[in-house]
Amino acid sequence: MIPELGHIALILALCFALVQGVLPLAGAARGIPGWIALAPQAAMGQVLLVAFAFGCMTYAYVTSDFSVLNVAENSHTLKPMLYKVSGVWGNHEGSLLLWILILTIFGAAVALFGRNLPATLKARVLAIQGLIGVGFLSFILFTSNPFARLLPAPLEGRGLNPLLQDPGLAFHPPFLYLGYVGFSVAFSFAVAALIEGRVDPAWARWVRPWTLAAWCFLTIGIAMGSWWAYYELGWGGWWFWDPVENASFMPWLAGTALLHSAVVVEKRDTLKSWTVLLAILTFSLSLLGTFLVRSGVINSVHAFATDPTRGVFILIFLAVVVGGSLALYAFRAPALQGVGVFAPLSREGALILNNLLLAVACAAVLLGTLYPLALDAINGTKVSVGPQYFNAVFVPLMAPLIAAVAIGPLLAWKRGDLAAALRRLLPAAVAVILALAIGLWLHNERGFMALLGLGLAAWLGLGALCELALRVKLFAAPLADSLQRARFLPRAAWGMTVAHLGVALLVLGITVSETWQVEVQQVMKPGEIVQVGPVQYRFQGVTPVKGPNYTALQGRFEVIEDGAVVREMRPAQRRYQQPPMETTEAAIRPSVWADLYAVVGEGDAERGWVVRLYWKPLVSWIWLGALVMAFGGFLSLSDRRLRVGAPAARRTAAAAAAE
Amino acid sequence: MRLTYILPLILFVLIGLGLAVGLTLNPREIPSALIGKPVPEFALAPVQGRAQGLSTADLKTGQASVVNVFASWCVPCRVEHPLLMALKRDNLVPIHGLNYKDDPADVAKWLDQLGDPFSRTGADRNGRVGIDWGVYGVPETFVVDGAGQIVCKHVGPLMEWDLDNKIRPLLRDLAAGRASKVKC
Repeated sequence: MIPELGHIALILALCFALVQGVLPLAGAARGIPGWIALAPQAAMGQVLLVAFAFGCMTYAYVTSDFSVLNVAENSHTLKPMLYKVSGVWGNHEGSLLLWILILTIFGAAVALFGRNLPATLKARVLAIQGLIGVGFLSFILFTSNPFARLLPAPLEGRGLNPLLQDPGLAFHPPFLYLGYVGFSVAFSFAVAALIEGRVDPAWARWVRPWTLAAWCFLTIGIAMGSWWAYYELGWGGWWFWDPVENASFMPWLAGTALLHSAVVVEKRDTLKSWTVLLAILTFSLSLLGTFLVRSGVINSVHAFATDPTRGVFILIFLAVVVGGSLALYAFRAPALQGVGVFAPLSREGALILNNLLLAVACAAVLLGTLYPLALDAINGTKVSVGPQYFNAVFVPLMAPLIAAVAIGPLLAWKRGDLAAALRRLLPAAVAVILALAIGLWLHNERGFMALLGLGLAAWLGLGALCELALRVKLFAAPLADSLQRARFLPRAAWGMTVAHLGVALLVLGITVSETWQVEVQQVMKPGEIVQVGPVQYRFQGVTPVKGPNYTALQGRFEVIEDGAVVREMRPAQRRYQQPPMETTEAAIRPSVWADLYAVVGEGDAERGWVVRLYWKPLVSWIWLGALVMAFGGFLSLSDRRLRVGAPAARRTAAAAAAE
Repeated sequence: MRLTYILPLILFVLIGLGLAVGLTLNPREIPSALIGKPVPEFALAPVQGRAQGLSTADLKTGQASVVNVFASWCVPCRVEHPLLMALKRDNLVPIHGLNYKDDPADVAKWLDQLGDPFSRTGADRNGRVGIDWGVYGVPETFVVDGAGQIVCKHVGPLMEWDLDNKIRPLLRDLAAGRASKVKC
């Protein structure tokens, strides 16, 4: 009964979405206030219905209702409760339901918080959101019904893929979707602006918080995914340039560019058509990612079970949404002329450089992801594009970008003074020299890349701090004065500094861990000791253990530092019964300075066991950097200027003061 | 100037067309680097309870053969097993089994219970020979010609369709000594 109610709620939500997508658009075009006013109500109705459907699905999972096909295929009574709940979105149909839920939440948020938007713009934005909802609700209802019944019901479910039974992955998709779907709001604003034929600083101010929120969530989502790959796949790496990872990375790159170009629109009223294009492309890349993951055109550890009708549906949907918006862009964008003029060497110029490099990087990832597909389509050749390509393309693009990130904020709008900016970055230059000296002293065969990475991290980190110091007149004014200035610095300025520091941490983490990591792979017998970097691992043997829904062979290592045993590590090979599958559980001791990472593989008591042991300096700074970036984003989001309704509040306060 | 605004649409249409073609292809079809090459050098002892092991020489007898990589722990192998039995009844060529990373007792039980389609079996306990054969996942099936050259590789369980349209026509062509049109 409850699954049927959920199904009905989804059908009703589709009806609401149709109303939301059609009437407000027509109302805004013809000036019918009643139809315009429908948009927020439809958006609220839609979110309630979808949330109800999602609740029904969750209920079916929690109660292990195996008469629902989706539950039977993906759940199991023995599964811990956390994974029963996360199992809801651990499969194609359920994750689509989560996607729609988040889409409608964003729609409702625009309806709620967009009170100060002009009525027609708001109606159009909500209508576009509604139309996207129509697409996804039709997709789920016509090709991937999550509430389909299975009669007679089996006694036991098939279980969730053990790789996904992991807390990191339980929360990874929701964050990722908050990012992907969040960009739909920027997209809707862009399409609405194209329909209205108007893009101005106010538009940019409305778009920016949504983009920023989506960007923060996507950053966290990608970081969580990478962290999961690091400790769950047991390969020792944290990014594999897998097509599905790329699918999440492309919208991130485009979204980062969008964040920065929207600043130019807001402050300088120029770069309009480019910003609108970026908003369209960012969401289009999110959709493309969905297509790649769910249509079966690519083969990846992440890809969902595939079905050709779904692929056809998403492709048509993609064609309508992306093709339609780009066609609209081709017609209307030429009318969006910028107002502000600026010299190439200026804050605008620096932001354009940022956009250019990010866009090229994004295009390079797109090319690397689609190239195997294209080659297969043309002459049936099977190739895969690996890290060599991406590293070769990425480093030359990111190095100048990171170098410029330190300089950009020090350039003035309209016309900047590069020499003056560089003079102010003197401390950063000193830090670069120090970092290079340390790099040379630590000497490594990856010499050039290591020095480049260290230098860039020092340059950007100190550069961001220099900019902050200049803003608060540190050392130039009395300390109390500086602290006062720091307190009243806009949150957006703090956000930028923190986010840029996050990039510096990330670069440092990548460089140091890639360069100075120590990896030992060998066969070990119990009692043997091996030196890995500055620590020793003593192998204690392997014992069988039993978990709630798996059995495992657990290896034990003592970690010896300076002659003393500091801790024990227990990597394992798990064998799950339902579905039958083996997973590698790496044992990781994370710490600020270096992660210890141990994996035990195959073997037996006589000949010993294959083990892989690592010492990974600063590797956790990679995720720390990503989190700091996201924190910077949230900080900026909390800026009064962006807080919705703040301008109105200030106006009333000013009006009250005037009276 | 106008062109710059239409360019994104044009690029998207091209990508979309590529994706549409991509939808019709199967990413899991993996061509083997070993096709047209001689079988690797190996010699394996028979699995428990069987007398005939499998080695390179057994595949160069002048008669074509089929080599099936299987394991008792592999569920899809159980699915394709009746088809191997059917292929044995056709009596076209000998079918050999390459038992991949398996427990001796388990595989003996498996062959006793389900029937033994294999003329020869080789027990690849540690999977070393499987690596030489480029085994990517169990089950896999190879067709080897009389000179010991790998002619065809099938990844995943054999289906009725594969037998009728790939394996059987290919074996007939090999027996008749004519060039085969079967695509592998």
